Amino acid sequence: MPYTYHTDDEREAMLRTLGVKSEDELIDVIPEKYHLRSLLPIEKGRTEPETLRVMSLLSRANRPAGHLVSFLGGGIYDHTVPSVVKNLTSRPEFATAYTPYQPEASQGTLQVIFEFQTHISRLTRLPVANASMYDGATALAEACLMAAKITGRDVVLVPHALNPRYLRVVRSYVSGQQVEIRAIPSTAAGDIDATALKRELGDQVAALVVQTPNYFGVLERAWEFERDVHAAGALVVASVDPVSLSLLRPPGEWGADIAVGECQPLGNEMSFGGPLVGFMACKQEYIRQMPGRIVSATRDVDGRDAFVLVLQTREQHIRREKATSNICTNQGLLATRTCIYLSLLGEHGFTELGRVCHARARKLADMIAACDGYALAYPGPFFREFVVACPTDADAVVAAARKENILAGIPLSRYFGPAARQQLLVAVTEKHQDEDFDKLCAVLKRAALVKVG
Amino acid sequence: MTVQATPPNFSQTIYGKSRHGRHGYHISSRPTEAPRDIPREYLRDGGIGLPEVSEPQVMRHYVELSTKNHHIDKDLFPLGSCTMKYNPKVNDDVAAMTGFAGLHPEQGDADAQGALEVMYRLERLLAAVSGMDAVSVQPAAGAQGEMLGLLLARAYFADRGASRHKVLVPDSAHGTNPATATIVGFQAQTLQSGRDGRIDLDVLRSTLDDDVAVLMLTVPNTLGLFEKNIGDIVELVHKHGGLCYMDGANMNALMGQARPGDFGFDMMHYNLHKTFSTPHGGGGPGSGPVAVKSFLEPFLPTPRVVEKNGVFSLDYHQPKSVGALHSFFGNFGIYLRAYTYITRLGSDGIRRASSTAILNANYLAKRIAPRFPIPYGERCMHEFVATGEPLKKYGVKTLDVAKRLLDFGFYAPTVYFPLTVPEALMVEPTETESKDTLDRFAEALLQIAREAEESPEVLTSAPTKTPVRRLDETSANRHPVVTVPME
Repeated sequence: MPYTYHTDDEREAMLRTLGVKSEDELIDVIPEKYHLRSLLPIEKGRTEPETLRVMSLLSRANRPAGHLVSFLGGGIYDHTVPSVVKNLTSRPEFATAYTPYQPEASQGTLQVIFEFQTHISRLTRLPVANASMYDGATALAEACLMAAKITGRDVVLVPHALNPRYLRVVRSYVSGQQVEIRAIPSTAAGDIDATALKRELGDQVAALVVQTPNYFGVLERAWEFERDVHAAGALVVASVDPVSLSLLRPPGEWGADIAVGECQPLGNEMSFGGPLVGFMACKQEYIRQMPGRIVSATRDVDGRDAFVLVLQTREQHIRREKATSNICTNQGLLATRTCIYLSLLGEHGFTELGRVCHARARKLADMIAACDGYALAYPGPFFREFVVACPTDADAVVAAARKENILAGIPLSRYFGPAARQQLLVAVTEKHQDEDFDKLCAVLKRAALVKVG
Repeated sequence: MTVQATPPNFSQTIYGKSRHGRHGYHISSRPTEAPRDIPREYLRDGGIGLPEVSEPQVMRHYVELSTKNHHIDKDLFPLGSCTMKYNPKVNDDVAAMTGFAGLHPEQGDADAQGALEVMYRLERLLAAVSGMDAVSVQPAAGAQGEMLGLLLARAYFADRGASRHKVLVPDSAHGTNPATATIVGFQAQTLQSGRDGRIDLDVLRSTLDDDVAVLMLTVPNTLGLFEKNIGDIVELVHKHGGLCYMDGANMNALMGQARPGDFGFDMMHYNLHKTFSTPHGGGGPGSGPVAVKSFLEPFLPTPRVVEKNGVFSLDYHQPKSVGALHSFFGNFGIYLRAYTYITRLGSDGIRRASSTAILNANYLAKRIAPRFPIPYGERCMHEFVATGEPLKKYGVKTLDVAKRLLDFGFYAPTVYFPLTVPEALMVEPTETESKDTLDRFAEALLQIAREAEESPEVLTSAPTKTPVRRLDETSANRHPVVTVPME
């Protein structure tokens, strides 16, 4: 049977050492009435070749974006995963290591986390970063709880254009702590309505969430209202796409106190939306309120450079019911991939990545805007994702494109109701070629001829 | 401990290897330009500060770092309650198949039939193993599974127009249990264990009232002991209108032998990165599916995966659902590995795996007990807790034993947990370790006990064979340096 390896003789010898006749005797610590008399009602085991055949069939029952022309985004992006990243993180030294609680035998993992923290700190320009969160959504939810704890207040303001899947998670997370979520409307330009925001600010507000680019791809002008938020005693929580920070002003420089986001685009597979990997960074004064593991540089008794988990008295295994969060297992291996990805691309490659994504997105946006009946929904600048206003239902456009093996984007009616039924969210990465744009535009033009019913 | 007071030197980090103007990886074959259509006020002013290194430098740097890790493909990880078993490589090959790895979560059900079938079938398998009715694979880790469990409990009571505030947690429980109670807005109350290391029925009886929402119980508990009175415990809680949650971190002892659903539990979580062999990745990702009895099913997070006439789809329309805990559908790539593993084991392999895990733990306990007594020393299940108390008279602490084990090429057991055993060493060998490895580990511990007696300084100065020796954790905690400072 797979994955147990004792010979019969060895089993006998072990049972003899224990003075029992059979393994069943060892199970007798479970009261007899609970013993399963027969095998579980599931299939018998398979060999490795059988397993591979079955799983390969299931794999081929999918039509992955990787085999199609895809303009899907919405928080998950199809970027190139460099071979170096795959190669290094398939090493068992990284993949099969445990949480680095014994630092002397875990320096590899600890230093990788330290370098990951440094990368995130430099991208965000906030001095402190942790070792990762489950995903961008839970990172945002934890940041909201953290802000409520820091300020002792219980209202979190979120923009209308927040990733709707993040909003769902934030609502679930804060539900236990009596934290209220209030939505701030968008302007016609798709960004936060600063006038409405000012009306909502008050002494109960713990934080304003600023997502930039927001779900519609619109860039927020947070520096214009950040002072009002802070003057009202609230914190600014930024939710940012780390790829955009190759070009855009970092949250630490426009007034964010905490920044979170999703690192899937940095060297990680889309993998049907999981595993993902969230990051969290914050100002120095909030380090002790931060959830999750944190690594610090230190020295060993011989004076050698070394790394170690610190501030564990914030964490559940020490602090129990008074911990800053219940998080224990995080997304270590994906943080490792992210770390290696950013090291490999480095200053030059990462800047190139941002420029190429943006230039390609600009080009497609202009091409679509030139198609009869189509326009960009919002006039302002964007990074690599934007909303197209279609002359017909976006659902119909998506269906027409899918027939030609193109994933045209996310119809916004999926999350924002019938009012958004003609809006299509389109994302571009460095992988797209001009011919992909031509194909999409050809489909859009044909779909435009089908009038709204 | 004397530590040099010089500041840390970062020359051995990837930043220390950076040389201005070096390009490691190209995205574009042509020179690129800063965007002209984004106004300046939106743009980053100056550089990012990322390192500039070559591709071979990246390879060598991280290969070198990797060699400083202990890992399961090198040798034993006897970590109690962590179930560090061998991670079959075929699981990784399956997760890397393009049909799975290249799937975007917004593609829609028609493009994802294979992935949805995996979700659906895995949920049925996990229901069968647990004796529960419905499963959600959405939680990203065990702690998030616990969170879901308590959210379900709150929603359940709210649905009945009730509101309960307390969650009972034994003193031997994992720290995530009380931490989760707090984050979900409950008040955690500790239950003192009885003299036999198990729940004391009298203590439970006197603590229970109609404000208790949930009893969270790890079975077998962190001492590796089965709760013999589990039926009475569950009945008592139910009689007071509360729910029973099982922390399934130790399912490796039960799978195929007995089912939490039959014990009377209303809900539980699995740790697929423990019981079902997915790699720990230096701290994650995990996966923490939650299994429930049918009366709690309406509250499970959305989307739920459903099957009709062989077609799979995601259902978001569950009016009583607690909402969502993850951007999408949880750690798909991880539970895909677990599914591969479970189908590879099958009903027969699952039963053999747990009985072998129990055999290995009992055998190892028996071998080391002469020098490291087992305070709750009857038969254990998949793990046991020994104590280093007898070595204290030589000036040696359990921490020293743990550090000395690193010199033997092993990882250390979980130490100082559970809190109910002084100088605790919590050991879980798992079923994938051979008798030879168990013997080698036992010999190492016995030798360490002799060393403690004869030359305790060998232990108190251990480890010496690891890439670094003991660390100055005090200064690091007082003044954490969490990034390479900007120049």
